Amino acid sequence: MAAVQWRSRGRNYEAELQRCHPEVALVEFGDYHPLKPIMVTDTKTRRGARKGSTSSSSSSSSSVPPDPLSSMLDGTDPLSMFAAASANVVFQDLGRKRREKEEEAVGPDFEPWSSKRGEILARFTTTEKLSIVTAVVSVGKAPSPGSSAVSEKVRTRLEELDDLEEGSQRELLNLSQQDYANRIEELNQSLKEAWASDQKVKALKIVIQCSKLLSDTSVIQFYPSKFVLITDILDTFGRLVYDRIWTMCSDPRPLPDSFTVEDVNDTAKETCLNWFFKIASIRELLPRLYVEAAILKCNRFLNKSGIQETLPRLTAMIRGIGDPLVAAYARAYLCRVGMEVAPHLKDSLNRNFFDLLGTFRQISGESVRNQLVLQRVEVPEYLTLYSPAISWILQCIAYRAPEPLLTEMMERCKKLGNNALLLNSVMRAFRPEFVAIRATDFIGMIKDCDEAGFPKHLLFGSLGRSLACADPPESERLTILNEAWKVVTKVRSPQDYINCAEIWVEFTCRHFTKREVNTVLADIIKHMTPDRAFEDAYPQLQSVIRKILTYFHDFSVLFSMERFLPFLDMFQKDSVRVEVCRSIMEVFIKHQVELTRDPVILNAMLHICKTMHDSVNALTLEDEKRSLALLIIGFIRMVSFGRDFEQQLSFCVEARATFCNLEPVLVQLIHTVNQLAMETRRVMGGNHSRKTAAFVRACAAYSFITIPSLSSIFSRLSLYLLSGQVALANQCLSQADAFLKAAVSILPEVPRSISVEGKLRSSESFLLDFINNFLATLLVVPDHPEHGVLYLVRGLLNMVQDYTWEDNSDAKVRVYISALPLLAAMSQETYLYSIPKVDSNETLYGGDPKFLSEINKLCETLIGQILDHLKALGRDEKVAAGSRLIRTSGLTRRQGAVAFSLFGVLLAHGDLRNNKLSQLAVNLWNLSHKHGYCETRISVRTLESIKHQAQQPNMTHLSDTVQRLTLQSRT
Amino acid sequence: MSVTLDIRLKRANKVYHEGEAVTGVIVLVCKEPLQHHGISLSMEGLVNLQLSSKSVGVFEAFYNSVKPIQLISSNIEVAKAGKIPGGKTEIPFEFPLQTKGNKVLYETYHGVFVNIQYTLRCDMKRSLLAKDLSRNCEFIVHCQPQKAKVAPTPVNFTITPDTLQNIRERSALPKFLIRGHLDATNCVISQPLTGELVVENSDVPIKSIELQLVRVETCGCAEGYARDATEIQNIQIAEGDICHGLSIPIYMVFPRLFTCPTLETTNFKVEFEVNIVIVLHDDHLITENFPLKLCRV
Repeated sequence: MAAVQWRSRGRNYEAELQRCHPEVALVEFGDYHPLKPIMVTDTKTRRGARKGSTSSSSSSSSSVPPDPLSSMLDGTDPLSMFAAASANVVFQDLGRKRREKEEEAVGPDFEPWSSKRGEILARFTTTEKLSIVTAVVSVGKAPSPGSSAVSEKVRTRLEELDDLEEGSQRELLNLSQQDYANRIEELNQSLKEAWASDQKVKALKIVIQCSKLLSDTSVIQFYPSKFVLITDILDTFGRLVYDRIWTMCSDPRPLPDSFTVEDVNDTAKETCLNWFFKIASIRELLPRLYVEAAILKCNRFLNKSGIQETLPRLTAMIRGIGDPLVAAYARAYLCRVGMEVAPHLKDSLNRNFFDLLGTFRQISGESVRNQLVLQRVEVPEYLTLYSPAISWILQCIAYRAPEPLLTEMMERCKKLGNNALLLNSVMRAFRPEFVAIRATDFIGMIKDCDEAGFPKHLLFGSLGRSLACADPPESERLTILNEAWKVVTKVRSPQDYINCAEIWVEFTCRHFTKREVNTVLADIIKHMTPDRAFEDAYPQLQSVIRKILTYFHDFSVLFSMERFLPFLDMFQKDSVRVEVCRSIMEVFIKHQVELTRDPVILNAMLHICKTMHDSVNALTLEDEKRSLALLIIGFIRMVSFGRDFEQQLSFCVEARATFCNLEPVLVQLIHTVNQLAMETRRVMGGNHSRKTAAFVRACAAYSFITIPSLSSIFSRLSLYLLSGQVALANQCLSQADAFLKAAVSILPEVPRSISVEGKLRSSESFLLDFINNFLATLLVVPDHPEHGVLYLVRGLLNMVQDYTWEDNSDAKVRVYISALPLLAAMSQETYLYSIPKVDSNETLYGGDPKFLSEINKLCETLIGQILDHLKALGRDEKVAAGSRLIRTSGLTRRQGAVAFSLFGVLLAHGDLRNNKLSQLAVNLWNLSHKHGYCETRISVRTLESIKHQAQQPNMTHLSDTVQRLTLQSRT
Repeated sequence: MSVTLDIRLKRANKVYHEGEAVTGVIVLVCKEPLQHHGISLSMEGLVNLQLSSKSVGVFEAFYNSVKPIQLISSNIEVAKAGKIPGGKTEIPFEFPLQTKGNKVLYETYHGVFVNIQYTLRCDMKRSLLAKDLSRNCEFIVHCQPQKAKVAPTPVNFTITPDTLQNIRERSALPKFLIRGHLDATNCVISQPLTGELVVENSDVPIKSIELQLVRVETCGCAEGYARDATEIQNIQIAEGDICHGLSIPIYMVFPRLFTCPTLETTNFKVEFEVNIVIVLHDDHLITENFPLKLCRV
């Protein structure tokens, strides 16, 4: 084919722009316009609408049609309707439970047992070996349906029970704590299995066995945990029995939640009664007590006052337990069940507590002492074993209790000689407000306590916990802190010390200034540094930091605490250190609103960020890196030196040196520097002085040497381009050239596929996007005087040609096609856009015919290449068709698409007055329609648009062309 | 071909009183129609007496057991020989619980040497090739409530080394003082035995305090009578070294079937006692005995 002669169409951008603007017509008030604001004249809030959803229905003034969006939501909007409906369903489902709750009058403010459970399990552990005595639970004979004689049944069952009590016992020795827990869990499982397979006697046996374990106080340190594990089983059992009887009554229809005795049928009553008789005949005290407590709720089936009568009886029964610890926990269990089943029966709770006080002297009794000696347990440690039980009992009593009752309780405790153990539980269980008001009293009581029994730091710990939630009277605060800290600081063991100090930090932060907090920190450092005690106290130290961060959001204050950074230095384990830094950074990002240049903050923050950065190594996870980088970026964005640009730049230099391992941070730094350059330009109003010019060049240099250290090719490319644009805007021509050249030179490095969010994807589309963007920039880049005309464009096109594109892809040709508009734009007399104070090629060459012909030649080459490609596609198609390959349509479709886009370019940018060009356009049109892959709608619209253009002056020639473009009807 | 035969009483707790009617249904479940030679139902109340080998020698005990005393007996034919359709068939029945003559219906009691038991027995006769079917069902008889009012008779007790009888070395005994009371010794059988106990002081720690319920059964026969005391149940009320000076509740539910109102007839007697057993840590066993009189109101 003879070379095509390219002539760019002359453009008058201004005129075109004018034409594109439709006439501006003001919208009259009342006229309809889709974007006109809707006048809300009436707003009512609907019930059930969720927060954040459109909850107001709006009715507009009559002349304005209703907003289609809000009219959709007229009535209840569908989402909240669903939500309301499902809430109803849920409500019905939960109805039973909820109503029970209401009846029980235990609100959500009652800390449930479940939350205590984990705490106890974690706190009371042992490394000693445990033993468990269990009967080998014989594979229970399923009750033979044949013997309906009551006596036989009862007899066999009782025999089985005896069997369990006397014979076939086995002692498992040397269990570790974990084994023990597992064993108990096994029992729990076998209880459920036995129940499911209708072996009720076996189930009862298991429960009796388990509760028997509670009378064993060997390895006493583990007792509270054991209690938790075993009462879990008891709870399960209680639930099973209750549910079973419940279902027995719900034959025609389920029993209402507020059922009365009359609603229960005889069979259910008889079954229930049977359980109670059976349990009443359990030989040992402790199992009888626990199992009856477990099924306390079942009394509801028998009579109204059952629970009311049983609770005091069980409470009195506990008096028969000799071991004070076992008794205390039995009381705790009874209170727990009582709270669950009948929280309104406060009397027995109080009774329990008074009984407990009554037996308090036993704790220091002889048999206890002997036991402790035997087990080599210290008294203070022994006493702490009580605290979960007593705290729980007191919590139950204190729940919504009137003030006088609490005062009375306190008085009683006082009477017992300020028993430290009790005092501790009182402080933990009673409302923090109650304790806070009397904080001074409590301190006095704590002081009067006997030092030997219960360590005072625990008492102060409990007091501190209350004071952290409620405020004591203002005038007493300082005295309280002084008194408390006097004791805390004297605690010898670092572990005890930090446990207590950690609690008081909150009080200090809450009510005092940095001076006091600083003192506290200094004290902590003093205590924790010797022998590297901090190594064992990281969780507590972390919590100290957390508490300080909750109350101090002003970082200049925070970092001006002398001891804060030394405190951070105590975190020497890498993972913890990073964790702490991270939490500080998070608070910083969240609460630092204003940009800062405060050297104190900057120094400290740089230090913290550096710590985070330095934790990155080869093994760090991608996610971890990303989140660290985000935090550091957050910091960098908060740094501003105002008009002191040079300092800002030197900060960036420093930051680059510090954070060189985190790419996102480097990217951010480059952006910051580029922004700095643009800011300088703005300040100078576009006219750089000698000094600022040097500065922006320095900025460019910064970017230029930073970019190559990035590994992601696309960030490099886009940053080169961006920095080039910034350099150009700042009249740094040679720098801009260097950036763009660098971008072109790394193009061949772009891999064919890149990983996007962990998946390999073809890089082609990204590359095309970039190149198009690049081309748009090239319009304003003036040619380098030493290199040839259109040096960069040529360079880019060469790179494109040499790049190994994917097979079967038109990407290369697409680049060529998109280069044509650029070239056409370059040949205009005035360019579409330009950069102030930068002379583009339009002024450099001034429309020199040589320059234009260079451009035209280049265009012709490109078109030649494109046409060759089209031909090649056609040829391949023939070959494929010849060899009877079926998948040929792909080629023709591609051919059509490429031809059509070239047609588009010709139409928009080529001078179609030239016969050859217009002939080419017509050919391309026909080629693209040859195989019928063209979207008819687009073709029709194109034709319409051409016709429309043809009406413009200077464009009349188009009408001839149109006549030659035929529309292929799809048949 | 499977068939199940069952007797279902109307009352869930199976408790009946004299003069009432024992009602219920016989339930037959079979897949196919069933041929039979008649179904009969009988009610019987028996007192079984047995002599213990302790009081009369092994051989006498073996073959000299006393003849059972029949309290009530009746028999009805439920269905004549014929066919029962497949599926579930329920045949209702009703027996009046009435004695003949001046016999008394004693309360159901399961003991060791005395057993008072009431049963329903359903028999289904079948052809030679198939086995006869039968089914037993025990029901429980409670005697009529006692008319006279029961006046509670509280009993106070004090146990010290000096109050004890039947000991070998009084000097080896540690010192202790245990006080307490039972709210009543003539108890209503449906109410628990209650009371209180206080360990005022004790030189040796206490290991355990238990309530032992004992039945005393007496059988009269030609050669005289045999009287035996056996344990019914043992309930622990205190475990370990309990707090001194603090009252501990005495509380025991009388087990059903194994207890009945105290019974005295010409041929046999059933009486109950409770022992408070205190076990000291050096395994000294101190027992205080209280005879009980049980009644039903």
